[in-house]
Amino acid sequence: MRALMTTWLATVLLLCTSLAQADLTIDITRGNERATPIAVVPFADDGQSLPQDVAQIISDDLERSGYFAPLDREAMFAKPSSGDDVSFGDWQALDTRYLVVGRVSRTGGGVEIQYELMNVSGESRMLGEVITAGQDQMRAAAHRISDQIFEEITGIRGAFSTRIAYVTSQGVGDATAYQLFIADADGRNSQQVLSSDQPIMSPAWSPDGGKLAYVSFESGRPGIYVQEVASGRRARLTSFEGLNSAPAWSPDGRRLAMALSKDGQPDIYVMDIGSQNLQRITNSPSIETEPAWAPDGNSLIYTSDRSGGPQVYRQTLGGSPERITFTGNYNARARFAPDGESIFLIHGGANGYRVAKQDLESGRLVELGDAGQAESPSVAPNGTMVIFATQQGGNGVLGAVSADGRASFRLPAAQGDVREPAWSPFLN
Amino acid sequence: MQFKPYARTLAVAMSLAVMAGCSSTGGTQEGSMDGTAGSGGVGTGTAGSGQVSGSGLGEGAGQMAGSRIPEVRTIYFAYDSDAIRPEFQSVLESHANFLRSNPSASVVLQGHTDERGTREYNLALGERRAGAVERFLSVEGVSPSQVEVVSYGEERPAARGSNEEAYAQNRRVVFAY
Repeated sequence: MRALMTTWLATVLLLCTSLAQADLTIDITRGNERATPIAVVPFADDGQSLPQDVAQIISDDLERSGYFAPLDREAMFAKPSSGDDVSFGDWQALDTRYLVVGRVSRTGGGVEIQYELMNVSGESRMLGEVITAGQDQMRAAAHRISDQIFEEITGIRGAFSTRIAYVTSQGVGDATAYQLFIADADGRNSQQVLSSDQPIMSPAWSPDGGKLAYVSFESGRPGIYVQEVASGRRARLTSFEGLNSAPAWSPDGRRLAMALSKDGQPDIYVMDIGSQNLQRITNSPSIETEPAWAPDGNSLIYTSDRSGGPQVYRQTLGGSPERITFTGNYNARARFAPDGESIFLIHGGANGYRVAKQDLESGRLVELGDAGQAESPSVAPNGTMVIFATQQGGNGVLGAVSADGRASFRLPAAQGDVREPAWSPFLN
Repeated sequence: MQFKPYARTLAVAMSLAVMAGCSSTGGTQEGSMDGTAGSGGVGTGTAGSGQVSGSGLGEGAGQMAGSRIPEVRTIYFAYDSDAIRPEFQSVLESHANFLRSNPSASVVLQGHTDERGTREYNLALGERRAGAVERFLSVEGVSPSQVEVVSYGEERPAARGSNEEAYAQNRRVVFAY
């Protein structure tokens, strides 16, 4: 309807003027004691050095998931590169359940990666595949292999080839610089999406992974913007008076839920992106914000302080609100697990704020991460991990915890604060 | 043992990823599109001055009482509160006086919170805080057209640190003329 939607703004200059990177490193803070022992043997090569250690990337992926405990390379007696060379007794003696072997060879323009997944106790081959990739695609190829291995053993689709969006800030006060980045799920390969001297907030992936919605204050006031990931093209979707906040894509990608205060206190609205028609979902004198869609697209959850402090409510479109959190005085910014049966949220208590999971049927809330300054939980598309923002040594860092709370890791940046992670959907 | 379709998917994915970084052809297209649509007042990347709307400084500055922008332009709040503290009432009254005396002046009330709690909820709390100041000014006879509220939540802290001293400096409303 409005010309704004078609008024694509120039960000490509912003995109290209900076080669800034903000790769994140991984520190495993708590391994899962019940993780399955696996050995990823260093892949053989043809004697020439390769830009990436494929086996190490796979091993790190599997360890980070919390499902697997990879064997140290120093503990490996033998380093076979093909299933035919595996002596199962060696690995049974090490209590290794699964074994990954492979080799990388150079081809014309890239590499060919052969790998096999072996069941050690069953003395059988579970997977065997060959992947060709450009040399600059070796990390991506390794993540694909991790996805295959993870799914073959656990039955759960791997999410190692997904990406995360996050916001960084450097400086304080008026001199603060804000940037929006996208990186691989392991924090590598970061690419700047947007840079501004005004705050950037609330990045949200479209369900097809092709676009990001976010809030930018670049006009001096908050507005909701939508940007194509591949082209960098962007448009301002909303600039109502007051808050333009917390965009959340509907599962069909055609609508955005958001918090607007144009009619007084912040309320939840749903905008049809094509027509820009607004549907008001809540109408109360309290704060309503932080909407998220149920996976079936029929209802929203959101934070409301109508009871005094922030609590999570659920409401079908056109229905009435139902409070769903009752444990403690601060429950906010909830996100659905992909199966829709539980939510992950920020739970505040005497020791600070942490990630918690609540089963929707029983209402039981389980604390997952350590108490501190946890914010902005975002669930992996396969539901196995939650990434969130927290603090470490006075700096904002990203943390992740497995959905069962048994494993956790941190993703600190080299400098500045990192926050508001958004885990992408499956991208293939 | 074949993985050819897979390799193709991978290649597409990777080329998309590369395109995400930079598209030189897109750059010129975007530039011209922005030029034609530039009247929207949106302007990316040059946002620093966006919050200065209008200026009452020029006329009458220094000529009479209520003609100068009051020097104290930040007031502070208690934890989880939007109540105007008694010690800041005189500050608000001086701004009300200035705005009444300078009908062409306008101010942006920037609401801020400390870092505790979730960002989007804090954005709403910051608006509530600035809204309390707006209501005070309105009661004092300031025209609503002179006042705009912009909440920054916890996004623009005045002080770093996870301690009460920093929190107290960050829970504030700033008068930005």
